[in-house]
Amino acid sequence: MSTLTIDTKDIHYTPLNQQIRKAVAEGVKEITLNNVLGQRFIGDGLRGDDVTITVNGVPGGDLAMFMSGPTIIVHGNADHAPGNTMDKGKVIIHGSAGDAVAHSMRGGRVYVRDNIGYRGGIHMKKYREKRPILVVGGSARAFLGESMAGGLIIVLGLGDTKPISEQGVGSGIHGGEIFVRGPVDKLYLGNGTKQAPVTEDERAMIRLIIEDFARSFGIDATPLLAADYTRIAAISARPFASKYTLE
Amino acid sequence: MCGIIGVIDRNRQLMDGGKIRDSLAMMDERGSGEGAGYVAYGIYPDYKDYYALHVFFDNIRENKAPLDNLLEKWGTIVHDEQIKTYEQPNIRKVHTPWRYFFRPDRSLMPKSTTPDEDIVTHLVMKVNAEKNGALIFSSGKNLGVFKAAGWPEDVANFYRIEDYKGYLWLAHNRYPTNTSGWWGGAHPFNLLNWSVVHNGEITSYGTNRKYIESYGYKCTMYTDTEVVAYLVDLLVRKHGLSEEMAVRALAPPFWAEIDRMPPKKQELNRAIRLTYGPALMNGPFAICVANENSLVGFTDRIKLRPLVSGESGDRLFISSEESAIRRIDPDVENITMPKAGEPVIGRLYS
Repeated sequence: MSTLTIDTKDIHYTPLNQQIRKAVAEGVKEITLNNVLGQRFIGDGLRGDDVTITVNGVPGGDLAMFMSGPTIIVHGNADHAPGNTMDKGKVIIHGSAGDAVAHSMRGGRVYVRDNIGYRGGIHMKKYREKRPILVVGGSARAFLGESMAGGLIIVLGLGDTKPISEQGVGSGIHGGEIFVRGPVDKLYLGNGTKQAPVTEDERAMIRLIIEDFARSFGIDATPLLAADYTRIAAISARPFASKYTLE
Repeated sequence: MCGIIGVIDRNRQLMDGGKIRDSLAMMDERGSGEGAGYVAYGIYPDYKDYYALHVFFDNIRENKAPLDNLLEKWGTIVHDEQIKTYEQPNIRKVHTPWRYFFRPDRSLMPKSTTPDEDIVTHLVMKVNAEKNGALIFSSGKNLGVFKAAGWPEDVANFYRIEDYKGYLWLAHNRYPTNTSGWWGGAHPFNLLNWSVVHNGEITSYGTNRKYIESYGYKCTMYTDTEVVAYLVDLLVRKHGLSEEMAVRALAPPFWAEIDRMPPKKQELNRAIRLTYGPALMNGPFAICVANENSLVGFTDRIKLRPLVSGESGDRLFISSEESAIRRIDPDVENITMPKAGEPVIGRLYS
């Protein structure tokens, strides 16, 4: 199998992304980027279901934007909006990520081992047969799933902090669902949301995802599978039907 | 957008501007080449008791003598000189930067009890409002702002920023949105020992401006950020609030949050909000404020702009992006995202 390793030190993102695209076009299946520091837009618009990019370092914003197919594994923290409007593929972040993670994502999966910033999953949506999935190992800041239209978010709360301790979860949501390990104080719920304990069907559905997440980071899934979860979703089919505020 | 970076060495160890430039240049995409700037604290130890006035002159021959006369009417110019600059292909030198080391002279106003700071503030406001081809853009002691219209690395090289060594730095890369870019509109904004860099926009500018102008400050830079410098001067220097309380006034908790606080805390927060209502800043922002003793970073209450902090030994870093911090120090630890509206503060040990 053809592989490529790039030392990205002091390389601007434009030539770097050109190099990545060229390699993928030539049939390279595994690309390793070393010394990544702040390069934006890595893997953007990239296609190829069997391509894996390993990022060693701290990439810049909008990682895997519009990406359709590849897997990106980051060993470090990601900046804002990894998985922005992503179509297909997987982003696995061994660290934390900034604001607007999985922004407008419409397919594929984003796994963040630690914490995410504000507005995770904002505007996530389903698209035909595609359903985007965001799983966060640690905690999420305020406005998780803001204006969410479809897809799935799971927050596991594995770190020192509670999975949710800030306002506006699902604020403006009209589709999709958010699962949080343990109870969620209703103070933190956004307008137009409702919460309920998971049903057996839902538990079976998230089980496979949690197992895959745990496998990606070498975590023991057993306690996660045994835990209680809260499901947060829109209060009705069209909570904001007549105006931009909740009736 | 805009990109910001701030660093304080709490043990006063000096850092030259070279790495600050490299760090800011990492965030070139956050700007548009229309403004960048730096401020360094601790750069004028030989004149540390004098106000270091940095001035943009439109025309030395016409504009300098009137400023000299004004300053000499109020005090002593112990030294003044052109700030060294080095031609850059991408910077059009439309102003000549100059520095004065100045001190109000008490013998010229024997019965006055006005503090020196107020005299200097008055002079800065007067000169900048008159717009006679002179703009005082830096007026603190032992510190200096260096800014121009251009990209971060070009502005840095224009001033050879690596020749300056400070224990506290702020730097800013501007993407002007509501007003056009110009030298005076570049950040940092400074008054006395306060310097401010800001990413975002202050939609409450009109209210804040009316409020601050009622205290004698004048907004002359055609951009929102300068109100922050004046508000901090008013709240902390004049009203004696702590930095924490000042941030609480500028970016207070929501009423619903205040209602849920324990009684004493509730009373305090209610009082701050009621007293400083017109100082409340709305809109998206991430801000770093510095004075000679501390560096403070905070965002708006619903976190519409990025801000991360990190630590390394005695140093606290605050920036729009983690990678910019790692550019200065790859081994930085405790990378954290401050909560919306809550300050992260680094103070000198002594």
